[in-house]
Amino acid sequence: MRHGILLALAAAAGLGIVAAKASPVSFTLPEETAAFKPGTNLEVVQNNCTACHSADYVKTQPRGEKFKKDFWTAEVTKMIKVYGAPIDDADVGKIVDYLTANY
Amino acid sequence: MLDRRELMKRACMAALATGLGSSRVLALESVTLPFDNGERPLVRYPQKRPMIGVTQRPPQLETPFSIFDDGPITPNNAFFVRYHLADIPYNIDPDKFTLVVKGKVDRPLKLSLRDIKKMKPVELVAVNQCSGNSRGFSDPRVAGGQLGNGAMGNARWRGVPLKAVLDMAGVQQGAKQVTFNGMDGPVSDKTPDFVKALDIDHARDGDVMLAYGMNGDDLPVLNGFPLRLVVPGYYGTYWVKHLNEITVIDNVFDGFWMKSAYRIPDTPNNAVEPGTAPKATIPINRFTVRSFITNVSDGAKLKPGRTRLRGIAFDGGKGIKEVAVSIDGGKTWTPAKLGRDLGKYSFREWKLTVKLAAGAHELKVRATNNAGDVQPMTAFWNPAGYLRNVVETVRVTAA
Repeated sequence: MRHGILLALAAAAGLGIVAAKASPVSFTLPEETAAFKPGTNLEVVQNNCTACHSADYVKTQPRGEKFKKDFWTAEVTKMIKVYGAPIDDADVGKIVDYLTANY
Repeated sequence: MLDRRELMKRACMAALATGLGSSRVLALESVTLPFDNGERPLVRYPQKRPMIGVTQRPPQLETPFSIFDDGPITPNNAFFVRYHLADIPYNIDPDKFTLVVKGKVDRPLKLSLRDIKKMKPVELVAVNQCSGNSRGFSDPRVAGGQLGNGAMGNARWRGVPLKAVLDMAGVQQGAKQVTFNGMDGPVSDKTPDFVKALDIDHARDGDVMLAYGMNGDDLPVLNGFPLRLVVPGYYGTYWVKHLNEITVIDNVFDGFWMKSAYRIPDTPNNAVEPGTAPKATIPINRFTVRSFITNVSDGAKLKPGRTRLRGIAFDGGKGIKEVAVSIDGGKTWTPAKLGRDLGKYSFREWKLTVKLAAGAHELKVRATNNAGDVQPMTAFWNPAGYLRNVVETVRVTAA
């Protein structure tokens, strides 16, 4: 029984929230596990995209012929123009090629 | 065969037995939403039961659809989560929390959570639904969060009317809009902070609320602890989480999240020809009318004879007038019995017993609201995949 309670406590701690009455609430998101697929220019993608969002933002997008180069160009352009992503001009093509080839 | 709920329970128990000491995203199992590339992990987050993981950072969690069959109120630990920007407040001291009210007001305010809780509370049951709920069904598909139907929930919110706070501050003549900012923000200072705006009359309508309570408890952190805006009948984009800054302005707010994002075509039904762009757009606003069957899922095998169907319906605040069910693919319709009225902004339960002959059937459900708005039989389309409200179809076989 005691073992069970300890497990439950460990579980609560592991879930990353510590809240007593009217005291600060500290919150931890689970460790990030989403990853980009291996491929040419993976590093460029990791260096430019993951500062703001996890890899599953890419992975869950629609697939198929309509969602290739034009689609990913529009997405990368949106990240730069709308969300202010500091992506070097030289990297834009590499990122688009990687996304088109792998997603 | 185990049903999904039992499977999830078992997976959960297995996870507990092996210990959750490590803080990895615990993929208990996966679910596959019914559109291409719809496989999603079931994940465990603080204060949440296993949820459909859409994205990890910033987090987006969808409610497993079976939960909507448990009752009209969505439990806090099953309520969907949607953030735009990854700088989320991880350490919140409710004793030090301050809400600032400023701008075109006679008396700028700094209110503590205690100050707000000392005011006369109000309660309201209201649906919150993500603008992009059901985006994954958009045809043709569009970019964005690829959600099934689980980015919605219904809760009893407790807090104070925004009107009461604005009256306390004294809104000045000439005020046009009120803007809302929360503690969450962008990672890069080049990314526009998430700020939303409502027209002054809407902000003072008495229904818009500053909520600190949800279903009798504090707000979960991922749902905006300790204070969020509740905009009944309006899409979730306006329900700013971790709300700590209210500004009354004398112009129309031109921030990115109002001026460029969350826009819908300024056309009938806010629709355009699929695959085309609208000429003019307006900010997204009220929910379209929707209904769902919750106790029978697509592809189910049923016994011939009497089957009780049940589900939920809701709209943008006129209230549900009628829910009708068709078991012949939409040729004939039978009104369902509506459940208890929890208010015009709430899920409304419905039920109907139907008699199914042996064979395949297309079950459809269609709601009409008190303004006469009715769900369309074919889906409207807009470039962002918002406002989906086509009549839902559940295919079953009776054998």
